[in-house]
Amino acid sequence: MHELGITQEIVAIAADRAGDAKVRRVVVEIGRLTAVLPDAVRFCFDICAEDTNVAGAALDIVEVPARGRCRACDVEQVVDWPIGVCGCGKSDFEYVSGDELRVTRVEVH
Amino acid sequence: MCATCGCSGATHEHHEHHEHGHDHGHEHTHVHAMEAAILGKNDRIAAQNRRLFADRRILAVNLVSSPGAGKTTLLERTIADLRGGRRIQVIEGDQATSNDAERIRAAGAEAIQINTGSGCHLDAAMVDGALRRLEPAPGALVFIENVGNLVCPALFDLGEHAKVVVASVTEGDDKPLKYPHMFRASRLVLLNKLDLLPYVRFDLDAFVRAARQINPASEIIPVSAVSGENLERWYGWLRHDHGEP
Repeated sequence: MHELGITQEIVAIAADRAGDAKVRRVVVEIGRLTAVLPDAVRFCFDICAEDTNVAGAALDIVEVPARGRCRACDVEQVVDWPIGVCGCGKSDFEYVSGDELRVTRVEVH
Repeated sequence: MCATCGCSGATHEHHEHHEHGHDHGHEHTHVHAMEAAILGKNDRIAAQNRRLFADRRILAVNLVSSPGAGKTTLLERTIADLRGGRRIQVIEGDQATSNDAERIRAAGAEAIQINTGSGCHLDAAMVDGALRRLEPAPGALVFIENVGNLVCPALFDLGEHAKVVVASVTEGDDKPLKYPHMFRASRLVLLNKLDLLPYVRFDLDAFVRAARQINPASEIIPVSAVSGENLERWYGWLRHDHGEP
C-alpha cells in the first residue's frame, strides 16, 4: 500500500506550490510501468488532503501508457506491459514512456 | 517569493504557463504548470546515499523478495563463506522484531535493524538513518535486506548499486509475470532453494522464460543457500566491478 505515501507526497507538493492559496485541482501523471495504482491514489487523496490547503481539490490522474521501441525490429509501439509481445515475436523493449510519476499542474483559487 | 503569484514554495519553478483564468470581477484561477517528481524527496536522499557509497567505494546491494524466499538465510551463508574477505555490513528491514539483525550478528557481521511498523518497504530516508548508525567502512559490502514484499520496494531508490531479487522454487514459476515491477527493477535474480526442486512442482525453464520476458537484461542464478549449490556464481557477481552506484 505504498500509494498512501505516494499520495501524501502529491498533497505535499501541491500544498507547497500553492503557498497561502487554496488548491482547486491537481493533475498528476502515473505511468503504466510505475507499480502505482491510480485507483488507490484516488482513494487516498481526500484523506491525505484533509486539514491542508489541498482539501476539497479535484485530482486528475493522467495514466501514461508504456511505449517501447522493440530492440529487435526497432518499431515503437504501445506495449501491453508486462505480457506485451512485439509483432516480430520478441518482447525486449526500450521504454520511452511509462515511468512517469509526477505532478504536472496545480490550480489554485 | 515569486513576484508573479506570491508563491513561496521550496520546489518553486518558473511559471512557464502561468495563466489567469479570468471571469473579471469573479474568481481567479492560478495555474502552475510544472514537472515535480512525486518521489523527488526520496530520490534526493537516495542521491546522498549514493554519494556516500561512491565516496567510500562501497558496494551496496538491495535484496528484495516475498517473505520467506530465504534472504536472511542467504545472507548468513554469504557472510560465513566470505569471511576474511571484504567487510560485510547489513541493514535489516522488517515491519517488526530485530530477529534478523540478531541472526546476521550471530553469523558474524554488523547489522542495524530498521522496523517500518506498518510500512511495507524501506525508503531512502530510513536507509540514510541506518547508515548514520552503521557508519559503513570504506570498501565494505553493504547489504540492505528490504521488507519481504514483491511490490512496493520496486519503486524506491535507496541509492544502491543494484536490486537483487530472491525468488525460490517453493513459490510459483510464474512469479516474474505476477510481480513484474520487481523483476524489471532488479539486475540479478537469485532463484533459491534449488535443493528442494525434486520435491516441488516448479518448472525451471518456465521461470527463466518468464523472468527474461520481463527483463531480458537480468542475470539469473539458481542457488541453494542451504546446500551451497551455485553460490560461487553469486560470490562472483559480488566480486564484479559494478562501477558507481
